[in-house]
Amino acid sequence: MAIIKVENISKKYIIDHQRKIKGPVGFKDLAAHYTKSFFNGAYRREMAETSNEKEEFWALRDVSFEIEAGDRVGIVGSNGAGKSTMLKVLSRITEPTSGRVTLRGRVASLLEVGTGFHPELTGRENIFLNGAILGMKREEIRRHFDAIVDFSGTEKFLDTPVKRYSSGMYVRLGFAIAAHLEPEIMIIDEVLAVGDADFQKKCLGKMRDVSDSGRTIIFVSHNLTAVQSLCNKSVFMQKGRLVDMGETSQVIASYMSKVRRTSLVQEWESVSIAPGNDQVRLKRVEVVPSYLGKQPRIDTRTPMTIRFEFWNLMKQADLNLSLHFNSVTGETVFNIATPILSSRQGIIRAETQIPGNFLNDGVYTLSIMVVKDMTTPILVVPETVTLEVEDFRENVAWYGKWPGAVRPRLPFTIEQVEEVAV
Amino acid sequence: MQELVIEANRSERHYWADLWKFRELLWILALRDVTVRYKQTVLGVAWSFVRPTLTTIIFVFTFSKVAKVPPEPNTPYAVMVLPAVLMWMFFSTALSTVSSSIVSNTNLVAKVYFPRLIIPLSSVVVGLIDFLIGATLLIPLFMWYHFTPGWQLIFAPFFLFLAFMAAFSFGLIFAALNVKYRDVSQLVPFLIQFGFYACPIAYSVRLIEKEWWYPLYNLNPIVGILDGFRWCLLGGNAPFRMASFVPSVVIIFAATLMAVIFFRKRENSFVDYI
Repeated sequence: MAIIKVENISKKYIIDHQRKIKGPVGFKDLAAHYTKSFFNGAYRREMAETSNEKEEFWALRDVSFEIEAGDRVGIVGSNGAGKSTMLKVLSRITEPTSGRVTLRGRVASLLEVGTGFHPELTGRENIFLNGAILGMKREEIRRHFDAIVDFSGTEKFLDTPVKRYSSGMYVRLGFAIAAHLEPEIMIIDEVLAVGDADFQKKCLGKMRDVSDSGRTIIFVSHNLTAVQSLCNKSVFMQKGRLVDMGETSQVIASYMSKVRRTSLVQEWESVSIAPGNDQVRLKRVEVVPSYLGKQPRIDTRTPMTIRFEFWNLMKQADLNLSLHFNSVTGETVFNIATPILSSRQGIIRAETQIPGNFLNDGVYTLSIMVVKDMTTPILVVPETVTLEVEDFRENVAWYGKWPGAVRPRLPFTIEQVEEVAV
Repeated sequence: MQELVIEANRSERHYWADLWKFRELLWILALRDVTVRYKQTVLGVAWSFVRPTLTTIIFVFTFSKVAKVPPEPNTPYAVMVLPAVLMWMFFSTALSTVSSSIVSNTNLVAKVYFPRLIIPLSSVVVGLIDFLIGATLLIPLFMWYHFTPGWQLIFAPFFLFLAFMAAFSFGLIFAALNVKYRDVSQLVPFLIQFGFYACPIAYSVRLIEKEWWYPLYNLNPIVGILDGFRWCLLGGNAPFRMASFVPSVVIIFAATLMAVIFFRKRENSFVDYI
């Protein structure tokens, strides 16, 4: 019998556009607004428009699935797919608009590490507070107290207010408490994204122990590598609907093929709608990865070709193209430029190769610049395509963010030079 | 094995059992609020004495010395005023913390499930702890004036309970409304300020008993609490007033019932509006 049964769950939110745009509307503004529109006879029309601006948004739409006891289920999907809403419904934080969920067993949800930690309270006090919030009895917390402290490695700071903790210590303590819950069903949201290497290894290990003991885990993460290593089944959601559910590797493959590739090509059919001006206009930007495995997945190993085409509307010009490879935070990772080309009216193409094992994982945007006579930029297109490079690791049991702007694989050797008893 | 069904608008069958199961959380949250309040203070718990003491001194000066408000017969003004000040402070601080309790615990409401009633309940408990600490001030005061309360004292816990329920029920409605309409957080301080004058704290009901609007005055449920508490502590010097007691009990009982229903209806969607 399924331990979790989700039947036709939907969740609707009402988006109030008027509020969204103007922010909270004060009575004074409102009064002024309506008085004015009343006097120029626009009141009625105005009212009609206002009510129209309330829009329904379905964060979840008819989602059904079943989870068997002992399964470790990953929920994947891009932003806004409804993953977090699903977790909130499952953990009873919000109720669904329609549908039904049946849970057979005690549920603990961990949507955040250290929920309810109070900065002024000491580590010891917070263990009891957080434990109680997560539904543990004081007796239970007392029984696990030493194990929690030991697992988190904060024994020296037990009587220090947590506001003086480093963020790492804070997270460790929070996870340690949650790890000692004994629910039949555990719901976890991206908590692995934080913490240092050692601790992450411990967390993943702990989560595996939890599921080996027959308990069920639901895990939401953007980190596909972590999902792949932890979960045996996965649910793929898109725009509030369930797209696929099954074995993790197969679901991730379908996720990749549906979500990721679409943004790798940008093309404008006619000159009139293309971004640009009366000198040059962009025609096409394309990222062509050379996938390594069967999965259409760009990871740090994947080499790729980036191709640009643009219209030159001038009779004759000396042009070259400059490409900025920007990280999601806006820093330029690198900038390359083509040699100059004496171009006539027509279509110009530029192409570059990004080798594998060069980029770090992350989201990148490509911005380009068309430069005339090596001096004057005549066209700047800030975000042509957005490209996500997945993480890839081999023989490491660590899933934290790999540091660095790039991640080249350079020869780096290690050897024992001499054996000496010191 | 426990089976749990989540559905829209489904009134959870295990709600009250859950509330009981989470009773430890109630104490821990109350304890948190009490501990946190006095962290990094020099006076610490002494603040629970300072506030009512200073308020009473100011009242004695303004109302007794300057405005010459007469106390109950055979009762020093300070003895009449301190119990009312303590009770009013309990009610008003509890009312305002309960009203903002859900919003100020957003981090919990948005991240974890437990019966939401725990939050406002723990806020009233915090006020109650404060009251009990502050109430010890009555002992030295009564000794100083050689004033002994009568047998009526045994009913004091009942009026304390009424005040508890009043703060809880009105606060609960405000707390649920405050989630969506933050106007409430503007309104409550004003209500409290207004309420101070609409309740017999600095003066005795004797002064207004003969007015034509006196029955209306008694519709304020807090009047009954303060009247009753005064009766308990001042022995025969302040009468028991049925005229304020009955409306008070009826209104508070009805308000509690309504507030709990109102709150329960909304609590499952708090997170969507907070």
